[in-house]
Amino acid sequence: MTETHADYQLSQLDQLEAESIHIFREVAAEFEKPVLMFSGGKDSIVMLRLAEKAFYPAKIPFPVLQVDTGYDFPEVLACRDSWVNRLGARLIVASVEDAIRDGIVVDDGKTSRNRLQIGTLLNALEEGAFTAAFGGGRRDEEKARAKERVYSHRDEFGQWDPKMQRPELWSLYNGRIHQGEHMRIFPISNWTELDIWHYIGREGIEIPSIYFSHQRRVFERDGMLLTESDFNPLRAGETVQERTVRFRTVGDLTLTGCVESDADTIDKIIDEVAIARVTERGATRGDDRFSEAAMEDRKKEGYF
Amino acid sequence: MSDHTAGLTQAQKAEQIRTMDLLRFATAGSVDDGKSTLIGRLLLDSKSIFEDQLEAVEATSQSKGYDYTDLALLTDGLRSEREQGITIDVAYRYFATPTRKFIIADTPGHVQYTRNMVTGASTADLGLVLVDARQGLTEQSRRHAVILSLLRVPHLVLAVNKMDLVDFSRDVYEKIHHEFTQFATKLNIPDLEVIPISALQGDNVVNRSEKMSWYSGPTLMHHLEHVHVASDRDLVDVRFPVQYVVRPKSDEYHDYRGYGGMVAGGVLKPGDEVVVLPSGMTSKIAGIDLFDQEVTEAFPPMSVTVRLEDDVDVSRGDMIARPANAPKPSQDIDAMICWMTNEPLRPRQKLAIKHTTRSARALVKDIQYRLDVNTLHRDQDTKELGLNEIGRVQLRTTVPLLCDPYSKNRTTGSFILIDEATGVTVGAGMINSAS
Repeated sequence: MTETHADYQLSQLDQLEAESIHIFREVAAEFEKPVLMFSGGKDSIVMLRLAEKAFYPAKIPFPVLQVDTGYDFPEVLACRDSWVNRLGARLIVASVEDAIRDGIVVDDGKTSRNRLQIGTLLNALEEGAFTAAFGGGRRDEEKARAKERVYSHRDEFGQWDPKMQRPELWSLYNGRIHQGEHMRIFPISNWTELDIWHYIGREGIEIPSIYFSHQRRVFERDGMLLTESDFNPLRAGETVQERTVRFRTVGDLTLTGCVESDADTIDKIIDEVAIARVTERGATRGDDRFSEAAMEDRKKEGYF
Repeated sequence: MSDHTAGLTQAQKAEQIRTMDLLRFATAGSVDDGKSTLIGRLLLDSKSIFEDQLEAVEATSQSKGYDYTDLALLTDGLRSEREQGITIDVAYRYFATPTRKFIIADTPGHVQYTRNMVTGASTADLGLVLVDARQGLTEQSRRHAVILSLLRVPHLVLAVNKMDLVDFSRDVYEKIHHEFTQFATKLNIPDLEVIPISALQGDNVVNRSEKMSWYSGPTLMHHLEHVHVASDRDLVDVRFPVQYVVRPKSDEYHDYRGYGGMVAGGVLKPGDEVVVLPSGMTSKIAGIDLFDQEVTEAFPPMSVTVRLEDDVDVSRGDMIARPANAPKPSQDIDAMICWMTNEPLRPRQKLAIKHTTRSARALVKDIQYRLDVNTLHRDQDTKELGLNEIGRVQLRTTVPLLCDPYSKNRTTGSFILIDEATGVTVGAGMINSAS
C-alpha cells in the first residue's frame, strides 16, 4: 500500500497524470478505433506511460502508429521497440519512403520530411480507418497550440479548422464524429516541458539516449548544430567537428539540431531546461522557424 | 521558464516537485482592460517567457510603430486574431512559481463571447476580473462576475487596473471596491479580493507598488500563490462515475475486474460499503488500484481503478456511491443552460446529453426564464435561448441521470448538450435540482 495523503492534496504532477488517464479511458470507452501516434520523442513516451497506467493490468487497447521519415535517429527507433515490446502493444509503421514510392506524397527535394509526414500520416489514419488519434501536443509549445482542444475535430480531409472547434467544458469531452472524420486527442495538453521532464525523472522511464549528453560529429547550419549523416550532405564551407551535445527534441535528423550540453542525467537536464532562455522548438527545429505562423499552417493541413 | 530550484539540493528539488500544487484560473476582459498586458506581465515577471518569444513580440511591436513592447502580443495566438487584434477563443497559458503551477484560461470579454467565458470558468478555481480604474465598474465587469458566480468559481479577484492613469488614487480604488462589494452581495462569491494594479508598469502584479503605500493587501501574484483551493473539493459525498471496465483477460489476471474512473467526490477506502447506481446493488470495496500499486484511499481528482468484493453487474455510466449517501436517479432535470450556437434552443427540441460518463437523449420541456447576465433580470416571457444566452430550462431525459445540484458538486452537477445531427456541443448545463 502506498502512503496516505493526510491533507487530501494532490501534487500538480499527480493532477496532470489523473487528468491524462481520464482522457485515455474516455477515448477508449467512446471511440471505435483509436490509435496512439508515436513520434519517438519524450512527450510520446510519457503518453505511452500514461496509457499503460490507464489500463493496467490490461494491455493498452489500441495500436501504436509511427511515421517513419526514413531520417529517424536509430537510438529513437531502438527506444520505441523496447517500449512496444515491454507493453505488448501492436506497432504500425507508416513509411514516408513508401508513401513517396506509392505517390501519396511528392518529394520535390525541397520539402522537409516533417512536411511529407503529414500526407503519410493522414493516409495511414485513413487506411486504418482510425476514428481517434492520440497526439503528444502540449499547449505550452507554441502560440497556435494555446487554443487547441483536448478533443480536436478533423474533417474528412484531416484538416483542422480553428473556427470549427467545439467548446470544451469541465471534464466532459464530446467525441461525436461523422463517417470519415476523426478526432485528434491531446491527453497531455496541460503539461509543460518541465512537467514532462519531472515526470520522466519521477517515473524512471526509458527515453532515447540522444536526449542525454554524448559525443557526436556535428556541423553548423543556419545557427543550428546538425548531426553528420548520409542523409545530410555537407554544403560548401560546412565542416564537421566532434562536440559534447544532446538533443532537446526528436524529429527528422536532417532538421533537428542539438545543443552543446554536459547534462547526462535527468536531474541535470531538468536544471538545464529550467534555466533555458529559448523555447525547445525555437532553438532546435528548423521546420518551425520559417515563419511566425508556421505551426498554425501545418496544423491546418493536418500536422500532429 | 525560470530557475526556481537554483541552489537547492536534489532532495530539496524532489520535495518541491512532490508538493507543488495547481491553481487553474480564468481571466475575462477585453483589450481595453489591459488583460493581455496583465497576462504578458505575469508570464514575463515570473520568467515564463523565453527570449525568442520576447524577441518576436518586440520585433512585431517595432514593426507596428509602437514605442513600447506590446505584451498583449505574447498571448494573441492565431493569425486571424492577431490581424483583427482580438482574442476570439479560450487560450490556455502556463506558468509556475516554486510552490504552484498555474493554468490560465484566457477568454475574451465581450458579450458575444459569453460562451467562451463559460467554458474558461468551468474548470477554474479562481476568476480574475479586470476593470479600468478610469471607468470603474462597467456592464462588462458585472457580467464577468455574474458568470463566474453562476459557474461556482469559488475565488474571485477584482483587479483594478491602470492605477497609473488615476495617479494611484486611493479614493478611486475605494469607490470601485465599495461598489463591487455591494453588487457581489447578490451573487455567490465565497471569497473576494480587490487589488489595485498597473499591468503596464508592473505595480502590485508581482512586485509591491511603491506608489500605493496605502494598500496593505497582497500583490496579485502573492494572492494567486497562496489562495487555498484544496478545501474547495467535496471530500464527504462519495461519487465515483464508472468510466471504463478494466478486464485484462490474461492468464496472470484471469479474474481481474476493475472499474476505472476519476473520483468526483468523497474519499473511497477499501472495506467501504458501496452502492452501484442505478441498479441499487450493494457491495464492498475490495481494493483500489493506481497502476501497479494498491492505495489506501482515493479522493478527487484521482484517476483510479476500484475493485468490488461481489461480482455485481457494473458498466460505464454507472456510479458508485455510499448506501446512505447517493444521488437519486432522475429523468427530470431543472438546470441553468448557457446556449452556444446560432440556432436557438426551443421547447420540444431533442438533444444528446452527456453527464459524467453517461450519455442519453434529452427533451426540452420548458424554458422558464432567460437571465440577463448584465442586470440579473429574469425575463419570463422568453420562448427561446439564443447564442450566448443563459436561462433556466426543464429537461426530460431518456434514462435517469445520477446527478447532484451543481452547487454541491461541479462534476456530478454539470452536463453538455450535443446537436444530434451535427455532433457539435451546443449547450452547457448546471443542474439546480432533479426530481
